Amino acid sequence: MTVILETKSLNKEFGAVIAAKDLDVRISKGEIVGVIGSNGAGKTTFINMVTGYLKPTRGEILFNGKSILGHSPRAITRAGMARSFQVAQLFPEMTVLDNLIVALAAAESPRPSFLSPLRSDKRIARAEDILREFGVENYRDSLVTAVPQGARKLVDIAMALIGNPQMLLLDEPTSGVSMDEKTGLMDTVMNAVRQHGVTVLFVEHDMDVVERYVSRVLAFYSGEIIADGQPSAVLADERVRDLVTGHRPTHKKGNGVS
Amino acid sequence: MRFDKTEISLAAVAIALVLFGFVSPGWLIFLLTIAFAKALVVQGVVMQMRSGLVSFGQGLFYCIGGYTVGMGGQFFGIHDAIAALSLGMLVAIAVAMVLGLLLTRYRDIFFAMLSLAFSMILFGILVKSPELGSTDGFNVHNWTIFGWAPDGGESSQHTVFTLTILAGLVIAVLIHRYTKAGIGVICEAVRENEVRVEYLGLSPRWLLYGNYVSAAAVSALGGGLTALATGHVDPEMAYWTTSGEFIFIALLGGLGHVAAPFIAAVVFSVVRTYAIELVPHTWQMILGFTLLGVIVFLPKGLWSLVSRKKAGERA
Repeated sequence: MTVILETKSLNKEFGAVIAAKDLDVRISKGEIVGVIGSNGAGKTTFINMVTGYLKPTRGEILFNGKSILGHSPRAITRAGMARSFQVAQLFPEMTVLDNLIVALAAAESPRPSFLSPLRSDKRIARAEDILREFGVENYRDSLVTAVPQGARKLVDIAMALIGNPQMLLLDEPTSGVSMDEKTGLMDTVMNAVRQHGVTVLFVEHDMDVVERYVSRVLAFYSGEIIADGQPSAVLADERVRDLVTGHRPTHKKGNGVS
Repeated sequence: MRFDKTEISLAAVAIALVLFGFVSPGWLIFLLTIAFAKALVVQGVVMQMRSGLVSFGQGLFYCIGGYTVGMGGQFFGIHDAIAALSLGMLVAIAVAMVLGLLLTRYRDIFFAMLSLAFSMILFGILVKSPELGSTDGFNVHNWTIFGWAPDGGESSQHTVFTLTILAGLVIAVLIHRYTKAGIGVICEAVRENEVRVEYLGLSPRWLLYGNYVSAAAVSALGGGLTALATGHVDPEMAYWTTSGEFIFIALLGGLGHVAAPFIAAVVFSVVRTYAIELVPHTWQMILGFTLLGVIVFLPKGLWSLVSRKKAGERA
């Protein structure tokens, strides 16, 4: 399969702290990859480096075979890699609809118009379609600060998907969301992702979510990848159980751990 | 071209004001001309406030607009008011395009203080320029409009008043559209969440740059009109207290509507005029209490009185 994202010996040091150590990752087109690890394991640092938020100390990042090292977040977004955030990054003084309209306008052109109204009928209709697709149409005219956390996460992810990215990085999409809402939220996201044919890499702490939705897992510990393979195999791995999940899974230990 | 309700209302008020100019006393015409010219400078401040930046140095462009009109007449034979005002805007755009490269790298207090620094540098240069009258400044040459020269006195006053109203109308309509257009709304988005704007594939810095340059042009127009109205320019135009006055008016009016700076500028002029008249030695205290009252009771400015009333009617 075609590799869409590849990192080579990616390192990030904050003074004496090594947040990422020689990360070699290859993600193929169409894969849905889960990233697990305890707090401080380097998961978000990895996403931040790949999306241009943090500059690696050493190493290389290739997206579709081309280096994106040192590129700005907006250049990486325009190249086709979008992201959502652990804490939904929205425009708090705007309604849910207007958040989506801003994202639609940004996807259309990097140079916004000086005089044409942003709220065109076409954009409003498209934004309403997206609201329905993500099941948040009831919050259309609510300020984003007034909607539940799960809906906010969905709007955040919808905004990331609006630009039709080839790859989507989700940083803890279910964090802060109630147990009841998690499955519904992930089902909605995964349906949208499949429709758009997007490769996904997402950081997640809930192992049930990981097992249910991903085809491959990367387990991080102390800035390194300690396991990479199918969910059943990684979650059954001795080191992952000791250092990451902290419990023995109910299923049998499988193969495929690299 | 279609005009919305706000634009039609602005045009109606502008026509009413022009007609009012024919029956009102000269002192009131002068007060309103200066108020509306300053309101244009404040529009520039408000444009930047909407994007989360507070300029403590908008006097820079006010001064550039004024001095360009003055110098155009005195040294370069540009006596046509429209040409001189346009030139002032072009000079301000050119200066803003250079300074904006540096300023738009900064946010919050750093942007505020750097903008102030550039304004004070211009003040220092003008004070040390005897050719430009040093601290006294110099008088603006008699001006014409498309070859027609006002008789002077009242005729000039009425002409510059009408010109200010018309310029104010055009700028107000353009800014009204600008705030609803892509750049206007996305500049507000930058204020709310710059990281998200960046991850939508846009450059917050270049958005702020475009906004900064546009605001400079609008403010320079205000400076040019003030120079035409008063017939004089001096370095005080770039002094920090002048820039502070523009922030005062911006806070007084609020960011809620394009008409707010015009209303606030008139209120400010009236309060200041009467404060100087009644308590000549402590008029600043009256202004201070006015600002304090607005911040405490109307934190979103005078326009919130109108928007609250409208919201009440809708409910």
